[in-house]
Amino acid sequence: MSDDESEFDAYLSLADVTEDDHRWAFGTGFADPLAGLGEAVPPGVDPAALAERCLALGDDALIYSHRLQQWVTWAPELEEETALANIALDLLGQARLLLTRAGQAEGKSRDEDQLAFFRDEREFRNVRLVERADADFAELAARLLVFSAWRLALFDRLTADSDPVLAAIAAKAVKELTYHRDYAAAWVIRLGDGTDYSHAKAQAALDALWPYTGELDLDADAAAYLEGVFAEATLTRPSAPPLAPVAGKTGRDGTHTEAMGYILAELQSVARANPEATW
Amino acid sequence: MVSARETAGSVPDPEFPALTIADLGILRDVREADGAVTVTITPTYSGCPAMAQIAADLRRRLERAGFRDVAVRTELSPPWTTDWITPDGRRKLAEAGIAPPGERAGPVLVPLAIRCPRCGSPDTRELARFSGTACKALYQCQVCKEPFEHVKEH
Repeated sequence: MSDDESEFDAYLSLADVTEDDHRWAFGTGFADPLAGLGEAVPPGVDPAALAERCLALGDDALIYSHRLQQWVTWAPELEEETALANIALDLLGQARLLLTRAGQAEGKSRDEDQLAFFRDEREFRNVRLVERADADFAELAARLLVFSAWRLALFDRLTADSDPVLAAIAAKAVKELTYHRDYAAAWVIRLGDGTDYSHAKAQAALDALWPYTGELDLDADAAAYLEGVFAEATLTRPSAPPLAPVAGKTGRDGTHTEAMGYILAELQSVARANPEATW
Repeated sequence: MVSARETAGSVPDPEFPALTIADLGILRDVREADGAVTVTITPTYSGCPAMAQIAADLRRRLERAGFRDVAVRTELSPPWTTDWITPDGRRKLAEAGIAPPGERAGPVLVPLAIRCPRCGSPDTRELARFSGTACKALYQCQVCKEPFEHVKEH
């Protein structure tokens, strides 16, 4: 093989499309991200409970990633544009791994695509916090901070999960979420401790999303971290009561806000219009 | 005949074509038994879109090198860290104008100045925490004004 050829390996292999290897562009191999990782659920782990856990955490990442992707081309600066796209990509990667694991544990031969594109709204298990459309950049920063701080603490504990695959997914995600949280904290502080106008916007954003944090079950570490950021940002932690469940049900039970239908319509329409298509 | 390990290790990374997947520490293991080759790779970040491309490149190169039965598997644990980028890999990054990551000492990162890959000055500042890919940040040299990318310690 010549050196010339090796330099363009990535491009050359795009032309190597065989019957069972349909690819049309860079990065769209869409192979099972857990290939070779071992499908078996270890003895002592309840497969149904594991599937439920992975599905809920996968859905949080999938839906929030979609909301972050909607900011692409709308961010105030190019630097924020690439930051948000990269954070959305990290979360999409976490969603792919978690949904794949959920499908393996569930044992009904559903893969990540079937779980992402062919479930209806009531089968989704994400918290309602991730469904909201951001009204402005302050809401984006505030939600990203709360979501990342909560998820980081949660995944930190999951690194010791009884399922080694979930523990491994969590260990990878912890590094990413730390970075997302710190990025969001920097913006919340900059806005909160900025001008009167940016302070008012940041406080309004926090007030608007606070009722949705009732579903999060924030642990002491995450709560303390948030208090620290709010203090530095001169923001007041809202005391608004949590968003009420509907007939006793919340996002984790499959009951969602009005925004969810619109997200799924956008997320699923292409896959549903062409259910036989290969990537 | 070139060994399976050498062949697998020569696959360039799609995001950093100047480096191989061995340089980046993405190549975890290569095993050969009865003519079958099993290659184990690890993603840098959960959402790394290059994984499918790397797997396809591995199969293609190994098959061209005469290995018939090639399997590529993914390993997540322990998670990839920039500490696995080899000294050769760090040199190649710098030569390509990308500031290599610092070494992590245990769980705590030793904060060292990021040196400008053009003039070598440590007087640089972070412009953005993310860049063209999730694994890089955007910096600028305060002395020669060169804007450059830095592979983040991870």
